[in-house]
Amino acid sequence: MCRAGAGGCHGHDASRLRRLLPHQGVTPVTLLSGKCPLAYCSVVGDVFKALADPTRRAILDELQERGGQTLFELINRLISRHGLSSTRQAVSQHLEVLEAAGLVRSRREGRYKFHDLDTSPLKAIVERWHID
Amino acid sequence: MRINLTSVLVDDQDKALRFYTDVLGFVKKTEVPLGEHRWLTVVSPEDPDGVELVLEPDSHPAARPFKEALVADGIPFTSFAVADVHAEFDRLKGLGVVFTQEPAQMGPVTTAVLDDTCGNLIQIAAM
Repeated sequence: MCRAGAGGCHGHDASRLRRLLPHQGVTPVTLLSGKCPLAYCSVVGDVFKALADPTRRAILDELQERGGQTLFELINRLISRHGLSSTRQAVSQHLEVLEAAGLVRSRREGRYKFHDLDTSPLKAIVERWHID
Repeated sequence: MRINLTSVLVDDQDKALRFYTDVLGFVKKTEVPLGEHRWLTVVSPEDPDGVELVLEPDSHPAARPFKEALVADGIPFTSFAVADVHAEFDRLKGLGVVFTQEPAQMGPVTTAVLDDTCGNLIQIAAM
């Protein structure tokens, strides 16, 4: 449900939030007032946690430069451009954290698996702290 | 001691021979019948007496899961040297070859990764 939760961060999708929090009996307006139930906060927290790691930020940089990358291409870019010689397992786990936060989408095309950047969860940050 | 052979595990030797010769541009060096399969090798026309590439059947049950796992992660089974990755990419694209990684500068090396249609990804690289 992490992915649906990340989409719920935008606040306008009331029905989705109610589906996520059926037992809370609260409206999204209540949620956005700051008195948010834990389940909602943890979704936003995942984005911050995902962004807190320099290797994960480098992965997002590389996916911004070119979408649709395989795990192999990402590993090589981290080594050759950032000096980050992470193991395949480590990069794979970083991608799982980024996917859970909704910042990376992976898609299977036949026998291949590609990764793309999704910046939409970042909207929750600028909606919370406005940029003048 | 010297290295004279390397191999790729292919799902069909006839299809592999067509791809590695007609598309990639290697030439057949040896073909010896061995029952169900053949001892089948190709070489680069730029180095006909150099290292031979064995187009080896992947009939062992461990081979397929291994190949599929590499392909899913985009990992090439081996790498071939080319003079110009971008030019080779354009040429092969024109022949209908599928790439899982378009040309990219990786430090001092430019690489791209293609599908050999026989269950492997192959990297092409230029310094």
